[in-house]
Amino acid sequence: MGKVIVVTSGKGGVGKTTSSAALGAALAQNGDKVVVVDFDVGLRNLDLIMGAERRVVYDLVNVIQGEAKLTQALIRDKRIESLYLLPASQTRDKDNLTAEGVEKVVGALKTHFDWVICDSPAGIERGATLAMRHADIAIVVTNPEVSSVRDSDRIIGLLDSKTAKAEAGERIEKHLLLTRYDPARAERGDMLKVDDVLEILSIPLLGIIPESMDVLRASNIGSPVTLADERSAPAIAYFDAVRRLKGESLPVTIPGEKRGFFGKIFGRKAA
Amino acid sequence: MNLRRLFFRTQSAPAARERLQVLLAHERLSSEGSDLVTKLRDEILQVIARHVQVDSDKVNVRMERGAQVSTLAVDIEIPFDAGKKAA
Repeated sequence: MGKVIVVTSGKGGVGKTTSSAALGAALAQNGDKVVVVDFDVGLRNLDLIMGAERRVVYDLVNVIQGEAKLTQALIRDKRIESLYLLPASQTRDKDNLTAEGVEKVVGALKTHFDWVICDSPAGIERGATLAMRHADIAIVVTNPEVSSVRDSDRIIGLLDSKTAKAEAGERIEKHLLLTRYDPARAERGDMLKVDDVLEILSIPLLGIIPESMDVLRASNIGSPVTLADERSAPAIAYFDAVRRLKGESLPVTIPGEKRGFFGKIFGRKAA
Repeated sequence: MNLRRLFFRTQSAPAARERLQVLLAHERLSSEGSDLVTKLRDEILQVIARHVQVDSDKVNVRMERGAQVSTLAVDIEIPFDAGKKAA
């Protein structure tokens, strides 16, 4: 039986879809069988980030409504054999997502895949609550910025009360993924530091993804960042996050902090 | 001018941190615990009212969530002659 992960945040634009694609690809690159499910009905983007936008025929809503079989809607990645995508519907209303339908689909996916990654829409409405509903593990994506931290706090409250696990009296495993982190700005005192965010949200840290041009470059070419450039700083950070997710106790390092002589002189200009 | 800005500008992250801590302490009270606090408030009031007469406006129940423990504070004002009336 596979594990169900929800990638959530409350706030939009913090990197849920980027992280879902990167973590999914990283897990699959290690040989695990992974499906990434887009729950953002009406505003789907995971297909675009993963470079499969022209291969979408059926979607999650079609499967839930019984108009297509699950196997017809799944799109296999052209680069990694064990990576699949289940796209969201772009045209249908999000009310077409039903609690029973989602439960059935997620239940079926769990039996076929090692990891089911649910890419949550922003907000705290139906799409977001359904995406987290059957999760075993939650990855809360947060930027070191006040509105993102506030929304993450709200989402953590929902994870502890509205998920199937929480209602059954079990604890849902929660992890913080700090994205778009800029160590130079944090060091100057103009960005919340890792410890500030950890102290406020008090959930364990899965990884720190640095603010990087590589993320935008990867999305431009429709490739998860871990595939686009395996050696880039964000890719390494996502690979490390996956190792921690799989139970390895790997110390979290702040990416880009080790600067050489030239980095110390020129590094600040970039920030 | 630029040099002055560079040297005299105060750090903004501590303000962000402080504002968040105050705001979230407040929001955690009002959103997450609201159902539980209302329930506790009503039930505690019922138990007290069995023995002494209390004014429901004079009952204050607060819950604070921490990383390790949460605290529940109950503050009830009992009038001087409440015991006599109930008896």
